Amino acid sequence: MSTKVYMEADVKKAVFRTKLRTEALGMAFDRDGQRMSVLENINLEVFEGEFVCVLGPSGCGKSTLLSTMAGFLAPTVGEVRIDGEIVRGPDPRRIFVFQERGVFPWLTVEGNIGFGLGKLPRAERTQRVEHYIKMVGLEGFEKSYPHELSGGMKQRVEVARALAVNPDVMFLDEPFGALDSITRMVMRGELLRIWQAERKTILFVTHDIDEAVQLADRVVVMSARPGRIQQIVPIDVAHPRDISSPRYLELRDGILNQIGLAHKI
Amino acid sequence: MKIRAWLRPVVFLLVLLGAWQLAVMRHPNQLLPGPLKTAGGIADLVRHGLLLKYIVASLFRVTWGFFLAVIVAVPLGLAIGWYRRAEMAFNPILQILRPISPLAWIPIAILWFGVGDLAAIFLIFVGCFLPLLLTVINAVAGVPAVYINAGRNFGLGPVQLMRLILFPAIVPRLMTGLRITLGVAWLVVVAAEMIAVNSGLGFLIVDARNAGNRYDLVLAGMVMIGVVGLLLDGGVRSLEKAKTLRWAEER
Repeated sequence: MSTKVYMEADVKKAVFRTKLRTEALGMAFDRDGQRMSVLENINLEVFEGEFVCVLGPSGCGKSTLLSTMAGFLAPTVGEVRIDGEIVRGPDPRRIFVFQERGVFPWLTVEGNIGFGLGKLPRAERTQRVEHYIKMVGLEGFEKSYPHELSGGMKQRVEVARALAVNPDVMFLDEPFGALDSITRMVMRGELLRIWQAERKTILFVTHDIDEAVQLADRVVVMSARPGRIQQIVPIDVAHPRDISSPRYLELRDGILNQIGLAHKI
Repeated sequence: MKIRAWLRPVVFLLVLLGAWQLAVMRHPNQLLPGPLKTAGGIADLVRHGLLLKYIVASLFRVTWGFFLAVIVAVPLGLAIGWYRRAEMAFNPILQILRPISPLAWIPIAILWFGVGDLAAIFLIFVGCFLPLLLTVINAVAGVPAVYINAGRNFGLGPVQLMRLILFPAIVPRLMTGLRITLGVAWLVVVAAEMIAVNSGLGFLIVDARNAGNRYDLVLAGMVMIGVVGLLLDGGVRSLEKAKTLRWAEER
């Protein structure tokens, strides 16, 4: 099983098609009349079907980077290209998943997941909603409202809502940050399972080193303000990952070292 | 014996009514009719078929004025709230108009619409429109950015955003605004009817005084205004408890 996944990953890298690229991207805000540089010279290339984690301390600009790549913010300098096209705004082909607070509280689970499917014929819409409800394991909660669900279930709704419109890219901004640690572990496993089934390109922002090393094909380590790419670490461990294997620990310690925290806690 | 929750206010009300009746009986030179006389007044009105007629007349005006205000203020508020530049343009005007009592519009209402239903409806509209508009504008400003961004991400244009995101997101605050505004409408209709028309509960009150100092009828009118107002408020409150709105209580 694990060998097979590993081979697939190899094939994928061999194809090597660039999905997203940022070129000399920089971001600065004016705050209290002062120019504040948030991101500097971000050059990142993400391949189709790749799972990339952006890792950095709070306030390093990683969420800003994600919002810029998703088209919610325009970069001050440089550009973001997806499939060679410059990104000029948000687009249903690339869905941003917020923490679970992004689900619409006035819609049921069904209504939320079908939200982006307004243009489809009714039958197809129902079918897709059903499919994704099953995929995220929310059968029986179709008619529930978000306030009746737990945090983890709300997060599933939001992931399903994103998947339902069949985007090629998903941006996840600390999606499991508000969940308890057990639910967080479960959700990571489910996200990997969905990613392996659907082969989306995923950009995942987190401040949790273990999360990044458990999930990503490559971890982009960012430095604190102004945010720059400090290092890009390929995680060459096959899924499912043994989080006590020497290689895993080596990679994790390497990143800890990189942020200057090795063996300090 | 256990006293049920709803029994408490009823008992208290009866005690107050008793005290009122006693006070009136001990002062024969009464300046105020007692509860019995007031009840007699209400019975009088029912006998002459006036009570229902006047309540319906007042409700008719309130309904029209209120609904016109809702129909205009909600979409306009959504648009103004959404386009921040529009809000900056509108805000000073709204702030100047806001402290003007709807009653100050009475002469203009009569000038434009003459004495009649239209003038009263216009006054209610004026009284409801501004508070509603401001409620909607503020509520839109309070809609969390994640909802709007999620909507934009799914490719919604401005009109769809207003319909599918902004409107449902403000409904809980809108309901509160509607309840308050309906109360205002009910206040304004009484004043409008005292001047601009010759039917309705407000007209009843001035008419009863002018035509022979029938203070029992004045009080009867006041009591009915209170009762109908209470029922209206209860009606909107029960709407607020609808299942689709229950999410708002969680925040």
